[in-house]
Amino acid sequence: MVGIVIVSHSEKLAEGVLDATKIMADGCPIAAAGGDGFGGYGTSYDKIKNAIESVYSEDGVVVLVDMGSAVMTAEMVIEELGFGNVSLIDSPIAEGAIAASLSSFCGDDLEAVKQAALLAKNDPKW
Amino acid sequence: MNTEQVIGIIALMGKRMEQEKEFLTDLDNAIADGDHGINMARGFAAVEAKIAPLGDKDIGTVLKTAGMTLVSAVGGSAGPLYGTAFMRSGVVMNGKTEMNIADLTACLKASVEGVMQRGKAVKGEKTMLDSMIPALEAIENGINGGLDSKDAVLCGVKAAREGVEYTKTIAATKGRASYIGERSIGHQDPGATSFTYLLEVIADAL
Repeated sequence: MVGIVIVSHSEKLAEGVLDATKIMADGCPIAAAGGDGFGGYGTSYDKIKNAIESVYSEDGVVVLVDMGSAVMTAEMVIEELGFGNVSLIDSPIAEGAIAASLSSFCGDDLEAVKQAALLAKNDPKW
Repeated sequence: MNTEQVIGIIALMGKRMEQEKEFLTDLDNAIADGDHGINMARGFAAVEAKIAPLGDKDIGTVLKTAGMTLVSAVGGSAGPLYGTAFMRSGVVMNGKTEMNIADLTACLKASVEGVMQRGKAVKGEKTMLDSMIPALEAIENGINGGLDSKDAVLCGVKAAREGVEYTKTIAATKGRASYIGERSIGHQDPGATSFTYLLEVIADAL
């Protein structure tokens, strides 16, 4: 299954998004990397790296980020890891994670999981 | 300057960040998330410890180590941005144990390019680039006009300070301050300010 990583400035938000994916995709490999690693708001290079490695398989990983330093730090981690099948996705983290985790849980490949997360960005709620 | 001197200047940058911690955080509080001073001081303190034993290495190793440490230890956008700047400078100084003004200018140029790429930003968006780019141009002009190293970098400091003043006149379109948009006018950018302090430390050391 494709792994999912949630990066947020808030540790609680990242954990909460991970929790929400259990509604429909309990069993999908997913990890949260929230907060600056020092107990404050921000992003942590080491947390993101550890999270990606913890859900990594040859199926690949999609990384969802909230904003600013989360985007830039995740980019740097992905560049350093150099896996080639780890993708940063520009989508809302909660809706994107729920869509992506369900897609992964259903056995979709990396490209389909990416599309599922991206669709969540523009999908009207009513 | 040699590797030991570069390590010494970076340590002085850390002291300056510690001194300016509250001011930078206050600037950041006014328009964004209020962590810039704290993060920079924490990042440079970690850098100082990591690079202290690297006196027998090349300057590239020192700068790359500093960059990686900033990315890990800062926790906000300044981490990947200044981290990228130092890492790109490290590539410029790869294998070199002496740094002259041409090298310093090349490092600044690589830093500007790195920050633009990493932050997907250009000049005029109320970011650190608004002090970095004018500073680089002023230093290049100074050297081309025959100034010595210190005077050229002092011209860079002057241009960086003017860049900081300019950030007061514009609305942020990049970074967290862009969330408050027009309401950021009147406030100076914390990143442009911290860059100016770092350049002042370099100028003082020359």
